[in-house]
Amino acid sequence: MELITILDILDSTVRSATPLLLACLAGLYSERAGIFDIGLEGKMLAAAFGAAAVAAITGDVWIGLCAGIAASLILSAIHGLASITFRGNQLISGVAINFFAAGMTVVIAQSLFGQGGRTPQLSGDGRFGPITLPFAETLRDVPIIGPIYYELISGHTILVYIAMLCVPFTWWLLSSTRFGLRLRAVGENPAAVDTAGVSVVGLRFAAVAICGVLCGIAGAQLATAEPAAGFVKEMTAGRGFIALAALIFAKWRPWYALLSCLLFGLLQAIAIRPDQIEAVFGFQVQAQFLDALPYILTVIILAGFVGKAIPPRAGGEPYVKER
Amino acid sequence: MKKTAQKLVMGLALALTTTAAMADPAVLYDLGGKFDKSFNESAYVGAKRWADETGKKFAEVEIQSDAQREQAIRRFAEAGHNPIVMAGFAWATPLAEVAKDYPDTKFSIIDMVVDAPNVKSTVFAAEQGSYLAGMLAALASKSGSVGFIGGMDIPLIRTFACGYAQGALDAKSDAKVVSNMTGTTPAAWNDPVKGSELTLAQISQGVDVVFAAAGATGVGVLQTAADKNILSIGVDANQNYLHPGKVLTSMLKRVDNAVYNSFKAGAELKTGFTLMDLSNEGVGYALDEHNKALITDDMKAKVDAAKAKIISGEIKVHNYSSDENCPSYKF
Repeated sequence: MELITILDILDSTVRSATPLLLACLAGLYSERAGIFDIGLEGKMLAAAFGAAAVAAITGDVWIGLCAGIAASLILSAIHGLASITFRGNQLISGVAINFFAAGMTVVIAQSLFGQGGRTPQLSGDGRFGPITLPFAETLRDVPIIGPIYYELISGHTILVYIAMLCVPFTWWLLSSTRFGLRLRAVGENPAAVDTAGVSVVGLRFAAVAICGVLCGIAGAQLATAEPAAGFVKEMTAGRGFIALAALIFAKWRPWYALLSCLLFGLLQAIAIRPDQIEAVFGFQVQAQFLDALPYILTVIILAGFVGKAIPPRAGGEPYVKER
Repeated sequence: MKKTAQKLVMGLALALTTTAAMADPAVLYDLGGKFDKSFNESAYVGAKRWADETGKKFAEVEIQSDAQREQAIRRFAEAGHNPIVMAGFAWATPLAEVAKDYPDTKFSIIDMVVDAPNVKSTVFAAEQGSYLAGMLAALASKSGSVGFIGGMDIPLIRTFACGYAQGALDAKSDAKVVSNMTGTTPAAWNDPVKGSELTLAQISQGVDVVFAAAGATGVGVLQTAADKNILSIGVDANQNYLHPGKVLTSMLKRVDNAVYNSFKAGAELKTGFTLMDLSNEGVGYALDEHNKALITDDMKAKVDAAKAKIISGEIKVHNYSSDENCPSYKF
């Protein structure tokens, strides 16, 4: 296989992995604080719509991004209210958010644009364009490093770089800061945090809000970052659930999250290039099998074949203060 | 209180019978949605043309899931709509169940055959239109590689791909055809992000003309093709206007005509099987002011000659659905 083909596949891997990574990190914050969130899909969808709709109206993708984050935050607030304040079942709240987003986005889009639940196609400043990193053009002709830098590292949208930077930031936040340690503690043993005089409710809301912001960026990436150019109904197409699978696969750790999302992204990138796989390995791999692999791998991990995936201990349980 | 309730019920019953009395036709769209800029929108255009011409009304519904199909048909039949037109192959199974329960209602299904005395089945020779699209693609391609991106992997879409590949190879015997399907679930009709990725993947394999038969997923394909300065081919409805000068042509399936004709026939709809092909303008390719500059006279002459030969039977375009086999392309 030629270098340029490999780079092309890896390039596609990075693009496919970005929304997964953002959603996966979103889930990581929330679940590490003890709030299960299967509403990632719905939040991404709402954000995708919010970003595309506002970008289409204002013509400015940055305002669109803010609107996408706001839409996602509203759903996060609902999830927080239901599962933290009113101690409801987190899974049911998440399911409700998914259905709510699937329906509302189409209804609002139809009343705004009258195009059957889609937004107009975005162009120009209405979407995030690729960024050429410094020296990309000059280094292009340097063997090996040049093409890798030019094709793979340079030329993505700003959201891709934000997503990648979120990984070390999350790692640092969760492992080295007071806030991060408390956030993890609240997911393992909220009573201890409460005894120390720190607000469990406040920390959990903070985690859910961070989750909302990251889902918002993920949604904006789907709808407004090149090559995407607008919202169509149900456009998340199960990516929120793949992100959840990636989160379990990563055992709720940021660096592993990056690796598992890149792996799942790679599987997607390979799945759409059956010809090249056949050329390299000499046999045809079913695209359906590759599409199913993220879930199969997750089941294998959950079954305990490859290490153990232990979720945060207090995950899924509303915290009730002792009296 | 009880009396009011009684009155209400009676009024409701009255209202129901009045709607039942007016036999407006109805159209049921498939999961892609009424405004998919493609198949379903074409059905809507046909219905609207009938409404504009006659000044009458029609009923319509966009379903949200497969589970609603039977319920939707029954509700429209109960409400007295006649004829009821269904756009999409997936309506066939529920319709086969329901049709016999409403012998006085005429049903019309597009893209699939249902064998019942009160059903009109309209099938398009998609392979013929795709053949012409494939010819145009190969003639317009500079690299010699042309691409196909399908929606859900079903025999109907493979019929498009197969006809397209045959047309491309007949126009240029050394043409390379690359084909991808978006997925195996109905979500594949609504995934423009994956459509874009597939297009980029095909471009990296040298493709410079790409044909999208993928519902709303095609929006992403056409967009990315326009972004990357390659040509694309639209499907079902005329999509040339979406990216003027970047869309080579659109393979037309005159779903609008099928709906229009059914509506026009009204309750007197002639049931049975209808094939819409090149000979009765049921399929074709779009030529308008948006792609005039892209189709040279030479290309047009070649394609029109092939069209005449297909109509006369001199060229046989293979129909994948007939034997689930494609001589021109290996899936």
